[in-house]
Amino acid sequence: MMPTSVPIDAYSPHGRKPKRIMEPRRIMLYAVLLVAVLYYILPLWVMVMTSLKGMPEIRLGNIFAPPVEITFEPWVKAWSEACTGLKCEGLRAGFWNSVQITVPSVIVSMAVASVSGYALSFWKFRGSEVFFTILIFGSFIPYQVMLYPLVVICRELGIYGTLPAVILIHTIFGMPILTLLFRNYFASLPEELFKAARVDGAGFWGIFLKVLVPMSVPIFVVATILQITGIWNDFLFGVVFAGTQNWPMTVQLNNIVNSTQGVKEYNLNMAATMLTGLVPLTVYFLSGKLFVRGIAAGAVKG
Amino acid sequence: MKRFTLAAGLLASVVLPSTALAVELEVTHWWTSGGEAAAVKVMADAVTGAGITWVDGAIAGGDNARPIIISRIAGGDPMGATQLNTGRDAEDLIKAGLMTDLTDLAEAEGWKDIIRPAKLLDACTYEGRIYCVPVNIHSFQWMWLNRGVYEANGLAVPTNWDEFVASAATLKEKGITPLAIGGEPWQINGMAGVFTVALGGLDLYKKLNIEKSAEAAASPEMTKVFEAVAAARGLVDEGYVGRAWNDATNMVITGKAGAQIMGDWAQGEFSVAGQTAGKEYDCLPGLGFNPVLDTGGDAFFFPKPADGNQEVIDAQLKMASLLVSPEVQVDFNLKKGSLPIRADVNLDAANACMQKGIEILNNPDNVLPSGEQVWSSDTTGQFEDLWVEFFTTPDMTVEDAQARYVEIVSSAD
Amino acid sequence: MAQAGRPNPLFRNLTAKIATLPMIVTALVVFVGCSVWTVVYSFTASRALPVSKFVGLDQYERLFSNARWEQSVTNLLFYGVFALVFSFVIGFVLAALMDQKIRFEDTFRTIYLYPFALSFIVTGVVWQWILDPGLGLQATLRGLGWETFSLNLIGSKDTVIYALLIAGLWQGTGFVMVLMLAGLRGIDEDIWKAARVDGIPKWKTYVFIVIPMMRGVMITSLVIVASGIVRLYDLVVALTDGGPGFASEVPAKYVFDHMFARANIGQGLAASTMMLLSVLIIVIPWAYLEFGRKKGR
Repeated sequence: MMPTSVPIDAYSPHGRKPKRIMEPRRIMLYAVLLVAVLYYILPLWVMVMTSLKGMPEIRLGNIFAPPVEITFEPWVKAWSEACTGLKCEGLRAGFWNSVQITVPSVIVSMAVASVSGYALSFWKFRGSEVFFTILIFGSFIPYQVMLYPLVVICRELGIYGTLPAVILIHTIFGMPILTLLFRNYFASLPEELFKAARVDGAGFWGIFLKVLVPMSVPIFVVATILQITGIWNDFLFGVVFAGTQNWPMTVQLNNIVNSTQGVKEYNLNMAATMLTGLVPLTVYFLSGKLFVRGIAAGAVKG
Repeated sequence: MKRFTLAAGLLASVVLPSTALAVELEVTHWWTSGGEAAAVKVMADAVTGAGITWVDGAIAGGDNARPIIISRIAGGDPMGATQLNTGRDAEDLIKAGLMTDLTDLAEAEGWKDIIRPAKLLDACTYEGRIYCVPVNIHSFQWMWLNRGVYEANGLAVPTNWDEFVASAATLKEKGITPLAIGGEPWQINGMAGVFTVALGGLDLYKKLNIEKSAEAAASPEMTKVFEAVAAARGLVDEGYVGRAWNDATNMVITGKAGAQIMGDWAQGEFSVAGQTAGKEYDCLPGLGFNPVLDTGGDAFFFPKPADGNQEVIDAQLKMASLLVSPEVQVDFNLKKGSLPIRADVNLDAANACMQKGIEILNNPDNVLPSGEQVWSSDTTGQFEDLWVEFFTTPDMTVEDAQARYVEIVSSAD
Repeated sequence: MAQAGRPNPLFRNLTAKIATLPMIVTALVVFVGCSVWTVVYSFTASRALPVSKFVGLDQYERLFSNARWEQSVTNLLFYGVFALVFSFVIGFVLAALMDQKIRFEDTFRTIYLYPFALSFIVTGVVWQWILDPGLGLQATLRGLGWETFSLNLIGSKDTVIYALLIAGLWQGTGFVMVLMLAGLRGIDEDIWKAARVDGIPKWKTYVFIVIPMMRGVMITSLVIVASGIVRLYDLVVALTDGGPGFASEVPAKYVFDHMFARANIGQGLAASTMMLLSVLIIVIPWAYLEFGRKKGR
């Protein structure tokens, strides 16, 4: 035990001074975090190990054991050789399509939803809450139920089977949760800010872009995580609405992983899944920098 | 509105990748594994050879593909051709006038005379008109055995279900699962269907699957079927929940299990594993009692193009004609492991089990309609629910289950 | 504000109204429209295609006499309660721990979050392996000498729902954690300073000051977690396909199976209508509580 008996709460918090790592409470803290890590990482371990094994080893095998002979073949195959239907181009065939769908969908859906959320928290008008309640309700509707009506809507708009159709669909389905996310976050910000900005003569867009957006970086990160993951991993809407020439990568993933006939190549399946997951994962990791404490507080005082 | 310019810009950038000279047919199907893809390629090559561009729309898994196919046809953006189950599934789409009528082509080519058994074409016929092309015959009525498992344990390789049940205890003692199965509803339902023919008899099967007879459903023959399914509860392992059929087949291949009741598509697994019919594995059509085949199979439909473009319709008819042609039939079915829809083709290259199937097929009496042509998917679903519940609930008695069965049969539409 | 001072109430906040137009259209056309469509066609005998052949309450009679539907609803309630409680507890505790200025925050956060990025199909396969008694944890631990260790969650009707929970929480809690973390990061540093100065213990600060301040994020998480629970489908298909028997069937799966695989749209929509109705029963009172109070923040 260390001699100091000063409770941790009594430390004067001078900014982001790293704590000494050997403090008992810190050890407890890290212990809890590490136990949680075990739960989360166990399946990843299985997936990585499996993806590095050859098929004979998998058939024999202990799923937790590391590969006796490491092979990267499943990864190469998943990316560039695996056959889906008549084409044998692997996941890369749909990669750009997925990017083409995801980037505009994420941007459009976040733009629409953040503005809606902003209006709902600072510029309420008669009926705005009714619409909001409908949106919340909408987030609970199983989306496959809406497939037929949406196909008809897109056909009537003349965009069925094109990228704008799938962007529209993602914007629609992202709207309930995202609007809620932004509205509730904005509502928790001090209203004095808003009033001060109005006194300064800022209008609807001015307040939004100059005051609120810079203060809301963490929630924008959360929204990005949610949308990138949802849209990148979407299979159904991409196949139904985007048109064959725009089919996303998940179509190939599904075809690789879900083929019912032939021996299941588990190593290939695992590699394909992780490859598909790499894009959202990269975003998670990179956006972490924007999560650092103090952004909100700093902007408030700014 | 920045949004709209963005969307418009994107639209402009993706519209029509190429101006095609040849007619394009987008073909959706769920044949994505190695053997299946090779079989589809036979079709694609034939179609391409006829000057039609084949745009491949493969979506693995019938359950994934069906909503997409149906919503696209119903939504007014039909593909050029699509795989779809024959039978009642497509009926609504035909009724709604969404499918190209193939009758004239069929009559010109005399499909009625070449396609056997006649039931296959019946499944494509609605109010006297023909709307689809059967491409192969698959049958569920098979049991696959690992010979080595029996020989190594000093047992005779069973030649029928009773012998199989008798030898099960010995296998269990040795730690081998007698019967490999996966918990997916269609697998359990299929097994029950096989018992219906093999143990209940042909009459029972026909009364049920042609006449929808509630009396037959309540008969003592049907009780035997329920008893057999109840007995099968004790022949499987613990880990069957959610197991795919091919994983179950793999248990037989590797000797972890003695046998599996599964359709002829299982044969693809054995051949991929390098095993030979009659040597490493054996097949028992009709569980060794009633060697029959049911005529399930795959079929292609040709949704009407949205703009009624005659060029597309011509291409569809051309493709339909190619699918039944002898050349495509032979190559396609050898790769797919299924039986061809016409008798006038040479299938010497087929293996021992396929030959058994062809032989059975030569006698029309041995050919049964498959359930999907009589029962709607909805009723089939209710059967699945019942069989699953019965198979997984040891407390559920044969009487209770059969009573529910009779109810479903009598209320089926 | 160009339009400030105009008398017509329709033009008050005009910019705001225009800006929310996409939301208004979506709410009315898509969500209200689709719900009405769902309800109307639930009274028809629609099979593979929606048709207007009305059959009264037939679909509902069949729905309520169906053992699978009953089991699905029970399963969802059970799963829902546990998933909700654990998502919040685990999510918040992890977020609070992450907020202690720890080292390697990025790494920890990414590890907790990565399952969220993976497709359900393979999530199902991996958990199926890990929980398979002959292949996964049980086999491995027995192999290491712990002969009596028994873990067959997935093979038994009574326990399969826990298998779903383990996999579901694994996939989703990371996102709840991030959401809560964003909420915590939105809390002014001064609040903490004030609490420390007043000598309030940390846990009390969390429970009585911080959590109430995070109400917005909490409600957001609640809706996200709850809607995920109601729409639970892919994971079940991938992990158990509803088995053994109906022991892990859920309502959304009932709906989709009937709409597509079984080509009985009428029945699927009747089930869907019941789901919508249950959600309404919860959402409407909530909306009254949330908006019915006097405004004045």
